[in-house]
Amino acid sequence: MSTTTVSQLDKVKDGPWSGGRSPWNLEYGKIMMWFFLVSDAFTFSSFLIYYGAQKYAQPSWIDADKVFQSIPGIADSGQPLVFVGVMTFILIMSSVTMVLAVEAGHRNAKQEVVKWMLWTILGGLLFVGCQALEWSHLHHQGFWFGRNPATGLADPAAIAATLEPYFTKEISYTAALQFSNLFFTITGFHGFHVSIGILLNIIVLFMTLNNTFERRGTYLMIEKVGLYWHFVDLVWVFVFTFFYLI
Amino acid sequence: MAQHDHIAASHTEHGHGEGMDKKRIWSVFFVLLALTALEFLLALGFVHHWGILEKGMFLNVIYITLTLIKAYYIVAFFMHLKFEKSGFIITCAVGFILIVYFIALLLIEGDYLLYHFQEHPLYPHP
Repeated sequence: MSTTTVSQLDKVKDGPWSGGRSPWNLEYGKIMMWFFLVSDAFTFSSFLIYYGAQKYAQPSWIDADKVFQSIPGIADSGQPLVFVGVMTFILIMSSVTMVLAVEAGHRNAKQEVVKWMLWTILGGLLFVGCQALEWSHLHHQGFWFGRNPATGLADPAAIAATLEPYFTKEISYTAALQFSNLFFTITGFHGFHVSIGILLNIIVLFMTLNNTFERRGTYLMIEKVGLYWHFVDLVWVFVFTFFYLI
Repeated sequence: MAQHDHIAASHTEHGHGEGMDKKRIWSVFFVLLALTALEFLLALGFVHHWGILEKGMFLNVIYITLTLIKAYYIVAFFMHLKFEKSGFIITCAVGFILIVYFIALLLIEGDYLLYHFQEHPLYPHP
């Protein structure tokens, strides 16, 4: 491409709105990753807002502290929030190792990028593993898509007795059902994002090992995948608040 | 391709002059850790153990505020948005005004459904 022609054109119009310079000074792929994440944030917002709307529409709601009580392999009940605390810590930690990989990429330090990417992948796998344990625990209790522990019972007294451990206020079969549906849908959608993130992390790890970025002269791809990974952490911050704390 | 390289190169030169070094990364991590620890202190300590606070609107406002602060730190520093051009920050952020509207819309709708379409049985908690 003849660059002299381009630069002459640039001289004629080089204001911020007349082309000739990059107004955001960002690479195309990075902008597109941001726009994807904005749209993905809308999807997650819609899910969580619908959860809020259901909570407002039901006269009583399940008590999260009574649902999430187990630490797999240690305690079956009586330990609210502890296990999800571990999961939250794992995800924040893997976000930090990701940003350290990005920082190493700026210095073109291949070995460090590899090291931090490995830690990030490990964090992601641990998180998904924890989520699988939590899902299976809830499934054993009788929660699942379209189902809560009292599903199939006809006698109101039996329904109330079965759901009693999960409520502090009045017991509502519909509330327990909607909680179950939305919990598995939203954490499932989030877990799906984490799984995709792990896959992307593994791909860029192999590209790093393959010297692809070294030859390209920039580790920008690590940054783009990093954006996605931080977004997954960001979503978890909200899921944690609305499902486990409130 | 030449254009792409130019942007990529200038990005690494200028874009990260005031970016994240290792010290800053860890300080952001400790802010996030402290805020999360505060949430657990409220939930496990103040509500469950000591019984000083009760679950309710007051506590929810505190939780949501802490969540939004954490979200700000992740987006601004980990996702580096604070150091991008202001035009780009506005482009990404402006759509979320509609999310605020959507929250108001659906919570009002939910509240309406509670009082006008309630037909699900409720059982008293023993």
